[in-house]
This record gives sequence, C-alpha cells and structure tokens, in this order.
Amino acid sequence: MAMNMSEKILARHAGLQSVEAGQLVVCPLDLVMANDVTGPPSIKEFEKTGKPVFDPEKIALIPDHFQPAKDIKSADLAKAMRDFARKHKIKHYYEAGRVGIEHVILPEFGIVGPGMLIIGADSHTCTYGALNAFSTGVGTTDLAVGLATGKAWFKVPEAINVHLTGKKPQNISGKDVILTLIGKIGVDGALYKSLEFTGEGVKELTMTDRLTISNMAIEAGGKAGVFPFDEVTKAYIEGRFTKPYEPANADEGAKYSATVEINLSELKPVVALPHLPENVKAIEDVGDIKIDQVVIGSCTNGRLEDLETAAAILKGRKVNDSVRCIIIPGSQAIYKEAIHRDWVDIFIDAGCVVSTPTCGPCLGGYMGILSAGERCVSTTNRNFRGRMGHVDSEVYLTGPYAAACSAIAGKIADKV
Amino acid sequence: MKLEGKVWRYGDNIDTDVIIPARYLNTFDPKELAKHCMVDIDESFAQNVKEGDIMVGGKNFGCGSSREHAPVAIKASGVPVVIAASFARIFYRNGINIGLPLLEIGDDVNKIKAGDVLKIDTSTGTIEDITTGDTFHAHPLPGFVQDISKAGGLINYIKEKGDLGAD
Repeated sequence: MAMNMSEKILARHAGLQSVEAGQLVVCPLDLVMANDVTGPPSIKEFEKTGKPVFDPEKIALIPDHFQPAKDIKSADLAKAMRDFARKHKIKHYYEAGRVGIEHVILPEFGIVGPGMLIIGADSHTCTYGALNAFSTGVGTTDLAVGLATGKAWFKVPEAINVHLTGKKPQNISGKDVILTLIGKIGVDGALYKSLEFTGEGVKELTMTDRLTISNMAIEAGGKAGVFPFDEVTKAYIEGRFTKPYEPANADEGAKYSATVEINLSELKPVVALPHLPENVKAIEDVGDIKIDQVVIGSCTNGRLEDLETAAAILKGRKVNDSVRCIIIPGSQAIYKEAIHRDWVDIFIDAGCVVSTPTCGPCLGGYMGILSAGERCVSTTNRNFRGRMGHVDSEVYLTGPYAAACSAIAGKIADKV
Repeated sequence: MKLEGKVWRYGDNIDTDVIIPARYLNTFDPKELAKHCMVDIDESFAQNVKEGDIMVGGKNFGCGSSREHAPVAIKASGVPVVIAASFARIFYRNGINIGLPLLEIGDDVNKIKAGDVLKIDTSTGTIEDITTGDTFHAHPLPGFVQDISKAGGLINYIKEKGDLGAD
C-alpha cells in the first residue's frame, strides 16, 4: 500500500508492513527528549513506574528554557535534571557553556536524523521533521513512560500535502513560508494531522528554512511537519549524523487528506499580528506600528543563517533609539561562528544586546520580558496573549530579515 | 464517573500560556499552579472556582505549549472534566494521561453558556445541560486509550500492565 512519510516511519517502527490514518500503534522510540521545564515533572512521574530508564543513550535532557538559572526555583529544576542525568548516565545531557536551545543543538550535534521516531516534552519537537524524521511533542506523562519503556502510542495521523512550487525570492525565508501557510489554514488547520512538504519548491529551501517551517507545524495544530530526504538533507547530516539511517520518502500515490498549494515566487514578507500565529498579513499592508523591542533568536530562528541575515542588515546601521534589540544565538557553535565572522561586532556596534543561548524571552521566561503596552517584533513562534510578559503587551512574529529592518526603523518594516 | 457542576465558559483557541503562564512554570506543584490558572484572561477563576465546577471552551482548546502543567493546573483547581468543541492534540493526550476526562462535542458546545449546570456521565460521554434541558454526546475515546482513561491515567495503566501495549 502506498504510504506517505509519516505512515512509513510509524509503520517501520511498529513492525508493520503498512499503517493507515486513524490506526493506533505502539512504537519503540529512537529518542526521548525533555528540557528543564518539562524534564523534572517527567522524572517525578517516571519514578512512580519503578522502572529503570530504557536506554541512557537514547535520552536527551537539555537545560535551555530558564537556564543559566533565572531564579532559585529554576535552579532547583536544573538541579533535579542534572542529578537525574548523572545518576542514570544520560548520554545527551549538556551543561551551560556546552548546551544551546534544544531544537537547535539536537540537529547540530547529529543526535537526530532521517527516518527516526522521536518524542519530546516540548511542543516544538516537530522541528526534526525537517530532517525527514517523525518527531512530535508530548507532555510529561508520555515522556515519563517513554523514559521507562522506550515506547509511545500514536494514532497514525491524516496528512496534509503542502505542495511547494516556484522560486523563492531573496527576501523570503522559511518563516514567511510557514506563517503564510498558518495564515491560510489557521491555528487548528492541521489539528491531529501531519503536514508533509512536497513539490519542486522543496529544493529551494535551505536546511535552516526547513527547520523553521517544521518547527512551527504545531502552530497550525500539526502533530509533525515532515520534509522529504534529499540532497539538502544529505549535505546537512554529513559529518554530524553518523548512525545508519533509512530515509522515508512518500510512495507514488500516497494518501493525503488535503493539498495546500504554495507558490514560493508569490510570497511576500509577512507578520503575524497579536494574538495568534494565524493573524498573518503582508508587512507592506500593516501601516505604521511602532515597537519597543526586537528579539532575534529561538528554536525557530536562532541559527547561523538567521544571524547572517540580521548582520547583513545591521552592518553599519544603528538600532532605533526607541528600540531594544536582543539577539540570541541558538547554540555555542553558532555564537562562536558569529564572533569569528565579526557579526557580534556588527550587532554590538549597532546597539544590540547579544545573549548566551537560551529560550529566555520567547516564552516570557527572562532576558527581555515586556511591560504593559509594549510591542515586540520577534522571530519566535508564538504571539499568544501574555506570551512574552505582561498580558497587555503585544508580540509580532516575523522572519529575521523583517525583524532586523524593524529594529532600525523603530516600527514594523521589511526594508531598510 | 458521574459529575454535576457549574460551567466556566471560555472561547476558541484557549492556549496553554493563558491556562498557566510560563512565569509560573518554575514549579510543578499542582496547588501552586492552580493559584494562577487562567489568570491572564480571567482573574476571578482561581479565586472563585469551586470543587466540581466544569470548564467549557471552544475549538482548539489547550493549543500551544506541551506543558502538562496546564491540565494539571485545571485539575488541581477542582475541575473534574473539560468540555470543548475540539482539543489541541498534545493537551488532549496530556488530559487522558493525567486522568482528566476531556469531552469533545463539536459545535454543540455553542449551546452551553457560562453558569449553566451540567450533569455528565464520563463513561458514556453523555452531557445533560440541566439549565437548558439540552443533551449532548461526546465522541468516544479510541481503542485502548479508553483503558488508559479507565486506569485513571497512563502511569496507573503502566503500573497495572507493566508495559505499553503489552496486551
């Protein structure tokens, strides 16, 4: 039976010839991941099972949300996870100075790769779909049972075919693609479903674009956002992902519950207005919206290419007097490379804050919390009410190009 | 389980950041989380919710973050069941896994108003609105997911069965 990418990965793991949408399967997992917010409660639930961890090599515990610790309670969370990692000899546990944002470092370190089945106690675990994995977010109890049994139950999702065509214009990034898609189908447009990206347009997208797109599949309610395996995937995992792997590309005639067409050549730089990622408008149509802060970073847009985009715009320019621009590289390697390439000089000369890798402001943790009435243009993934601070603050989601332009203009902009 | 309680009514796309804002995620003590449940959109909820009250939302309830702190905060507030047009996927799993029944009833949810008194049988998914006289039926849980729910959550299920999908 012809299968799509999601079905193929789930069938292989379930040990079945084929599966179809709606079927319940129990699958062994290739990786189980948690962070400093979700790890500690998962550990507590895990301990109730009375079982040992299923495989310390297949567990990743990443202290990135509130770390380096923002307060005593967050330090306690980090300590609980650290103690657990040491006790159980967890392979993929990293301390501050070696860690980065989970969804940036797991691909970068070669821990995730094609054909894998992954759960993570973080909704943006869907990021790894960019590498042709089936990867999805779960809560602490599913994670706890994953730690104990190495298994999870799945309802095989229906898949939506996101058919990409056309050439991508230079000022368009993966963020514009995914925001445009969410604007079309809505924040529940892919509820209980997976998004699968197909078509000639796929090859137009860099791995950074793909990671951004898969990352935000959840913002359309999606269970996963899966890309096919191709030359771009191969080039990215080369030298990083050293395990044997089996790509999972869709069969001819694979089933999709719907198809959404996106012509990349027609895309414009877009912004998602408060308070939902589906409130998407072309930046040229939003008028003058004055801003107080810009954040460039996160698991969505904290990669080297994102910083390169920002540096190209900020070079020789100054951040607007009324704006605080906070730049957060997603990993130590990205941070170091940004220093080597003199981008950090550019950022600091422009008047930006440059922070150590952390999720920090994205979820209103720390390192850039908004006051009442303040507006922030952010390359992060959610603009829910109160997401980045005060309940009466506002978050506008864009790609790094528009975010850097906005920092200079002092208002939402896609040009300098 | 048979329940009866008064409705707290919310709209579409109630996200986990409003159910429990991230600034309170530096703890996972259920009682502490309950103190801040829904605070950004309804300060009166945490102060006035009574044991047995029922939360009712629109479509895509619980969207956003995977934080299980969200259904935990609702459950620790004394709410024994949540009804919505539809639930976001991770929240739905989390609810089942912690033994908080979630009933999905589609557009019928529009007939339920704040303050209505509902009588619910979670085993059959039958919801009776005593205030209006309407009766609704929730979509049943699929296959062995019912067993997880009956066990009172996934950890109890694992303790009973020893493994996932051991049958």
